Amino acid sequence: MIHMRTKEKAIEILMMACSFLTVLTTLGIILVLLIDSIKFFSEVSIVDFFTDTQWTPLFSEKHFGILPLLTGTLLTTFIAVLVAVPLGLTIAIYLNEYASPKFTNIVKPILEVLAAVPTVVYGFFALQFVTPLLQQFIPDLRGFNALSPGLVMGVMIIPYITSLSEDALRAVPSSLREASYGMGATKFQTAFKVLVPAASSGIMVSIILAISRALGETMIVAIAAGQEPRLTFNPKESVETITTYIVQVSMGDVPQDSLEYRTIFAAGLTLFLFTFILNNISFWIRKKFQNKYE
Amino acid sequence: MSKSNQRKSRIVDKTFKYIGLAFTVFALLVLAVLITDILIKGLTRINWSFFTNLPSRHAANSGILTALAGMLSLLFFTILIAIPIGILAGVYLQEYGTNNKFAKFIEINIANLAGVPSVIYGILGLTIFVRLFGLGNSLLAGAFTLALLILPIIIVATREAIRAVPGTLREASYGMGATKWQTTRRVVIPSALGGILTGIILSISRAVGETAPLLVIGALVYVPFIPEGPNDQFTTLPIQIFNWVSRPQAAFITNAAAGIIILLLITFILNGIAIYIRSKWYKNIKY
Amino acid sequence: MDYKLEAKNANLWYGNKQALKDITLSIEPNSVTAFIGPSGCGKSTLLRCFNRMNDLIEGSRIKGEFLLDKANIYKDIEVYDLRKRVGMVFQKPNPFPKTIFENVAYGLRINGINDKKLLAEKVEWSLKNAALWDEVKDNLNNSALSLSGGQQQRLCIARTLAVEPTVVLMDEPASALDPISTAKIEDLIYELKNKFTIVIVTHNMQQAARVSTKTAFFYLGELIEFDETKKLFTNPEEEKTQNYITGRFG
Repeated sequence: MIHMRTKEKAIEILMMACSFLTVLTTLGIILVLLIDSIKFFSEVSIVDFFTDTQWTPLFSEKHFGILPLLTGTLLTTFIAVLVAVPLGLTIAIYLNEYASPKFTNIVKPILEVLAAVPTVVYGFFALQFVTPLLQQFIPDLRGFNALSPGLVMGVMIIPYITSLSEDALRAVPSSLREASYGMGATKFQTAFKVLVPAASSGIMVSIILAISRALGETMIVAIAAGQEPRLTFNPKESVETITTYIVQVSMGDVPQDSLEYRTIFAAGLTLFLFTFILNNISFWIRKKFQNKYE
Repeated sequence: MSKSNQRKSRIVDKTFKYIGLAFTVFALLVLAVLITDILIKGLTRINWSFFTNLPSRHAANSGILTALAGMLSLLFFTILIAIPIGILAGVYLQEYGTNNKFAKFIEINIANLAGVPSVIYGILGLTIFVRLFGLGNSLLAGAFTLALLILPIIIVATREAIRAVPGTLREASYGMGATKWQTTRRVVIPSALGGILTGIILSISRAVGETAPLLVIGALVYVPFIPEGPNDQFTTLPIQIFNWVSRPQAAFITNAAAGIIILLLITFILNGIAIYIRSKWYKNIKY
Repeated sequence: MDYKLEAKNANLWYGNKQALKDITLSIEPNSVTAFIGPSGCGKSTLLRCFNRMNDLIEGSRIKGEFLLDKANIYKDIEVYDLRKRVGMVFQKPNPFPKTIFENVAYGLRINGINDKKLLAEKVEWSLKNAALWDEVKDNLNNSALSLSGGQQQRLCIARTLAVEPTVVLMDEPASALDPISTAKIEDLIYELKNKFTIVIVTHNMQQAARVSTKTAFFYLGELIEFDETKKLFTNPEEEKTQNYITGRFG
């Protein structure tokens, strides 16, 4: 009996340790980013970091202004969100309220495939198909540009918005739906006046998570957006995102423990803070509104 | 409400219906175009030597042998690390730690980890596994990095699968004098296996497509040998594709497309298996 | 008299709510005792005290003594050992998603018995005692979920019997079953009392009258009356019992 109790306790402690590993991972990420970032900021002023409009750590005349990378990241993300939010939401409402269950059951798993396609494939598609296609209509579109990967990224994150929004819409009690239909409202009126407001927290969460996903996306932009850090909001121009920069430096021969090497930690920390804040907002919304209809 | 208002709202309703259908079809169409485009560009390049050749400076002689071998070895070690840890953690959080503060904290933490960009995991892997543990840019360093990356997926899937196991089964087991671990191991986990397995396969599919974190930890883009042990250097199929895509010559673009066909095939098969298991499991077991 | 099960001044709380109030009763070996009373009267709660299933409910507290063969259930007996000696059958059939054989073998396996011949013997013995053997002996490797509801419940009884408990607690074992399956379970209970001590919670007064030797009537957490079944149903001492069995409430 004592042996059995010891065994039970030992297993529980082992399982606890496994769960705790996820905490260590988070701590590890924060510490790793912070330690080298602190070393970085001991050499580069944090004011310059956020105000200098040039990012040229790998050149002889070095500038450490994160703004060009940040605008590159935000620009591609903005384009993606511009595509994904209207499409994703409309599709969610359409599948939930208009389409037949049979149609929905077939379409949903296929849509999920969009999120399962490896991002390197999307990168190829953006560079080799979408950009040449767009150049037919926009002659001055650069070979590397923000527009094409932004659009492709938008399509990639549609399923994130659709599936989470659909769950939220489906969770709205049918009594609300019936009340609206009972007063003679059309599906459109019911959807936008009753269901979307009722499911707004879930929809918000889906959009925030999609934004966070787009901010951190690497391969699509690394392949199709270029590697020129440029402070611009022109989608026709080539831009470099934070993620692309991190990959670019890791693939080069930057000596370890140099200032150049530490730039990826400062850049990574900036990116991490963005996604960390977004994730926590979404988690907060979810917790706050979780039991609305239970 | 006036007649004309009613007509107007009916027209809006109809219009929205068609917009909804059009958007849905558009999204599916993008997928179809993507697949077609890649098939057109790459299908002719796929032959036996494409699978058996080493990478080469000459596009026509280049193959994916080392990339495939590297990827399989990497997945093997990743799974070996991530599955037991992921399942045990998921079981703990759902079965043991319900309502305690530690579990709640971990839940928030996992939700956060799932949203951390994969390239950041690369930085973590580079600092901890490659440099601090001195593993270098080896398979093992890659496997540890990917394992941490897919851990949240496995944990969340395990929790959901276990949540669906009815309490009456646990009662039956406890009622016969089983301990908590006996109940968990012999009743709860087997009953949740379908859901757990689905999550594991989806996490493997995710690992298959990962590129950025491996590039950051220093996985090589040119590896002319098959890794023989966990300490060997490696490349993977997505990295090989990335390498080919960045070449200016058209022949390498063809190679990239051909590589993508194989990569997509692997991804789709894995996802298909996951969907199949899920539907089969839910059909067979109705509590 | 050597009683099998006893409760002495037993109280139980779920959080702030008192579910059992000062209950004292003794159960003889090789008998069938029925617990009856309206919903929420504490009959299931008391039943679950005898193999400590209430431990699984957060915030439950007990005061008083529960005895099995004179030993204190909450102090002198290891809980896992207790549950092997005091088996339980639940309201809804709850077979594991395993084969018929593995369901019955479960209790043996968790006790470390893996010898194939011994397992087969015990499984057969249990299924025979649960009056299920003839129906399933050719399909032991089929999924337990393929059985009908009534068969599933008898399988659960067989599963409980396999570890050879001396007491079998049954919590409304037939409430989810059709009349024919119910009759089979009732016959089975009648048979089982030769080998086991049985306590059954039931909503169905006819069932209590048919299968039990003694009956306890509970109301709002109190034991109102405990007597020979015949006496309790024909000539109860208490007015509340009278009202309940004549269908005035409950």
